Amino acid sequence: MSQSHRIEGGLIDRTRRLDFRFDGKSYQGHPGDTLASALMANGVRLMGRSFKYHRPRGPLTAGSEEPNALVELRSGARQEPNTRATVAELYDGLDARSQNRIGALSFDLLAVNDLMSPFLAAGFYYKTFMWPKAFWEKLYEPMIRRAAGLGSLSRETDPDLYDKGFLHCDLLVIGGGPAGLAAALTAGRAGADVILADEDFLIGGRLNAETLTLGDTSGAVWAKASAAELASLPNVRLMPRTTVIGAFDHGIHGALERNADHLPSPAAGKPRQTLWRIYAKRSLLCAGATERPIAFRNNDRPGILLGAALRSYANRWAAVPAQEVAIFTNNDDGHRTAADLLAKGVRVAAVIDSRSDAPKTGGYEVLAGAVVTDAAGRLGLKSVTVKLANGETKTIPCQLLAVSGGWNPNVHLTCHQRGRPVWDAALSSFVPGGVLSPGLSVAGAAQGHMSTAACLRSGAEAAVAALSDLGITAHSADLPEAEDAPYRITPLYHVPGKGRAWLDQQNDVTVKDVKLAHQEGYVSVEHLKRYTTLGMATDQGKTANLGGLAVMAEMTGKSIPETGTTIFRPPYTPVPIAAFAGRSSGKDFRPTRLTPSHHWAARQGAVFVEVGMWMRAQWFPRPGETQWRQSVDREVLATRNSVGICDVTTLGKIDVQGSEAAEFLNRIYANAFAKLPVGKVRYGLMLREDGMVMDDGTTARLAEDHFVMTTTTANAVGVYRHMEFCRQCLWPDLDVQIISTTEAWAQYSVAGPNARRLLQKIVDPAHDLSNEAFPYMGCAEITVCGGLRARLFRISFSGELAYEIAVPTRYGDALMQRLVEAGAEFDAVVYGTEALGVMRIEKGHAAGNELNGTTTALNLGMGGMVSKKKDSIGSTLSEREGLKRADALVLVGFRPVNPAESFTAGSHFIAREAEANAANDQGYMTSVCFSPSLGHIIGLGFLKNGAARKGEVLRAVNPVQDVETLVEVVSPHFIDPEGERVRA
Amino acid sequence: MLIPHPLLGPRDSQEFTYLGDARLIDRPDGLAEGALDLFHDYLYLRDNPAGLHQELWFHEQGDRSWLVVTRDTRTHEIVGAELASDVARARGRSK
Repeated sequence: MSQSHRIEGGLIDRTRRLDFRFDGKSYQGHPGDTLASALMANGVRLMGRSFKYHRPRGPLTAGSEEPNALVELRSGARQEPNTRATVAELYDGLDARSQNRIGALSFDLLAVNDLMSPFLAAGFYYKTFMWPKAFWEKLYEPMIRRAAGLGSLSRETDPDLYDKGFLHCDLLVIGGGPAGLAAALTAGRAGADVILADEDFLIGGRLNAETLTLGDTSGAVWAKASAAELASLPNVRLMPRTTVIGAFDHGIHGALERNADHLPSPAAGKPRQTLWRIYAKRSLLCAGATERPIAFRNNDRPGILLGAALRSYANRWAAVPAQEVAIFTNNDDGHRTAADLLAKGVRVAAVIDSRSDAPKTGGYEVLAGAVVTDAAGRLGLKSVTVKLANGETKTIPCQLLAVSGGWNPNVHLTCHQRGRPVWDAALSSFVPGGVLSPGLSVAGAAQGHMSTAACLRSGAEAAVAALSDLGITAHSADLPEAEDAPYRITPLYHVPGKGRAWLDQQNDVTVKDVKLAHQEGYVSVEHLKRYTTLGMATDQGKTANLGGLAVMAEMTGKSIPETGTTIFRPPYTPVPIAAFAGRSSGKDFRPTRLTPSHHWAARQGAVFVEVGMWMRAQWFPRPGETQWRQSVDREVLATRNSVGICDVTTLGKIDVQGSEAAEFLNRIYANAFAKLPVGKVRYGLMLREDGMVMDDGTTARLAEDHFVMTTTTANAVGVYRHMEFCRQCLWPDLDVQIISTTEAWAQYSVAGPNARRLLQKIVDPAHDLSNEAFPYMGCAEITVCGGLRARLFRISFSGELAYEIAVPTRYGDALMQRLVEAGAEFDAVVYGTEALGVMRIEKGHAAGNELNGTTTALNLGMGGMVSKKKDSIGSTLSEREGLKRADALVLVGFRPVNPAESFTAGSHFIAREAEANAANDQGYMTSVCFSPSLGHIIGLGFLKNGAARKGEVLRAVNPVQDVETLVEVVSPHFIDPEGERVRA
Repeated sequence: MLIPHPLLGPRDSQEFTYLGDARLIDRPDGLAEGALDLFHDYLYLRDNPAGLHQELWFHEQGDRSWLVVTRDTRTHEIVGAELASDVARARGRSK
């Protein structure tokens, strides 16, 4: 039975046999086959079940517009749902399954939906499942999801690589049919940089599917020779298996190349698919046209397909799963199908031509003025019922029916930049119209040229015109003589009558559904689409939209162009999410930044946390510590009792230089900076122009014209961008230059009573670190470890005697290890971000939780810092009345009245007797930690008029976690409020 | 989109960060009479034209220039791009 329906001819390699499986059954095909063509060659017409009613379906088309033959391809992690069998290139070992069924494809249990169809018409979800409300989530939705679905996902990680690439060209030719080939030859021979992309694996478009001659050879041979010539030209890039999915701004096109979809698996290290961004100076859409069906009762039977698709199966793939074929047409194309099939020795039962003036030239029966009214054969077509011109009906046995309803130009890409197609009465279809995207023109059938000769001519002419725009002289390629028949059609979109006539087979939308939508008041095409789902899902209504529109026009009594058209969005065909992600998946979703001593920290067993893109050590567990708090408490206490070392490289660092650098800083910081002496560091508060705090940090003055600023880790990029804005846009003549040096310096905090003694072992003896010579908030350029240049800042986040020492990045790892060695005699610890956080809360320093974009300097208790004597960013609007009200939130500390109790960040403060609601809200807790120094939980938070409420007892209420604690308002400075330690 | 950088030629818009209306260049003097109102208008009142719009783009992944780009908001057509510092000087800003 193997390939029982393979006929003579075709563009397949019969010397090689490919074995494949469909629904567990083995079949054979040949290289050059698609899954659909190989199944057809094996006599298989039934390939799927429909979305809603689970109707048995076979392929309607032979291309990417396919609504029915959606299959699951491959298995395991590579399982891929909703693949169109009509474009799945056959390879040896291919394994495919039909989808959306329970049980066998020929006996789907959910086919009961089909019997329920009177209840499942357009809008039924909206009408049926309104109540009871709870039923939706628990009952209806899971049921519908199970019944009405497409394929399923493997839920495993995709093992393949997906890549992205960038290409530039003078002319991008989209589509490699006769128009595209003529254009590419014309432009390629003129020496222009040309890209020719076609979604098919065989360049040539309809030339490979028709029996037409071009000059003295066949269309397929001419296409092959043309493609070979293009491939040989160094200035032409020929891209088969590449779909141009969208036309975007400024001549940028997206294209998906399927590098390895035709292989069992991609070669090692090679991508499965590549998403290209093509920058084209000019582009030429030669995407051809798509044939549309004519709707009639039961026109979705497996075996009913489009005429051009059947010619493709017969001519290109030599696959005709029928002894007798009937043809239903409203234009001359149906007769071309008949002639081709006869030439192949296939019996043509009849050509049913709806036109009364149908041509009767071939050696086959023509039923002029007749229409097909019904089809029989649930799992495969057995016969069609025809209403003859005289009103009589006749049943014609056949296993295939080829339907030709006319051609729709593929205008999709012309709509991506708001072009609106216009009606062409001669074609009974829409052609490109409105404003196309800049640089885009259209040729061939996509522009409405329906003969081969016109396609060739328009392709060549459009290429000459496009290149002439670019100043490149080209001459139309020598074009072979080709058929130039006129396109004759009498529009017919559906055959009126009883029963269900299918417009959109992918979404199970019938003529009745459109009529119902109209009855219910939907007149806009866009509403029609959303109500009935016509034109949705993987095929985006390529074969369905015009039919739906025509029925709607009929109902409203308007013409089709008056009724409207749906325009198209990218992508032209479905694109896997993986292709959009490219290599940016998993841990490569975004870059990871590592500090110079990261690997050292990892060797110490550090537990890391991602901060921005940085990996920062959270704590360094020691043997025997089973719980994070043990490590953090130890690190805090050891630092406060002796000395601790912390990697603070991730802080943003900005170098500010210039004779007016001080003035510049004075304007971007809210507090005064103009008079900061050389050798000193100052805390700086940066506001946004609206008066909210943007960031804080320290800035050191190393020389009259040289400052080094630090920012928070999270805001480093934004602060730098803001400073460049101020420098370039606000004060362009100020003599100041800035550069980010975050990556250039590794920086470590050394904190604790023994910090000085430890550093004295590292810093070269020439530098006096005594409190007198190098006091709190001092800074200097020094040398360490025998001559290595370094910067030393006496600043403290922990509240202890502390320094930050910076060395060029490449010495960071070595310095960290040297510090640890030197610290051994003091039992120095290395501490992570958790201990850092605990110590800053104990000290009452604001951090990200407090600088949350909604807080002002006044909220942070630093209102006095905003200088009124100068115009700095944000100073004016921070004076707004609403921000300065007497009950404004102010940062204060909190401790539990009962030290054994706990509370959480995010809690809101409510008076003891008041109800816990928004009206009684007094503020909220921002930071909470266990203080090992005090032995209980402490917190920082914003409280209305907080500074004046110390000693007051409130409730910290967290309704989300159902926790409530009595807390006392205290100073935010839990440790050393006088600041004696930092000055020690 | 492609942005015609005045120094570097056409660059992909992905290299840039968008800020907004180029009127942000016209920052009022904070020490002037009525500064609060001036700043309110400066910060919160924007035109939202359907048509040509001058806007600030930062070449963050490039040379760190702020540009004033003139873009048609209806079509995304870009009719010009200048260095913001030049525009600022032309509007009378200096130090």
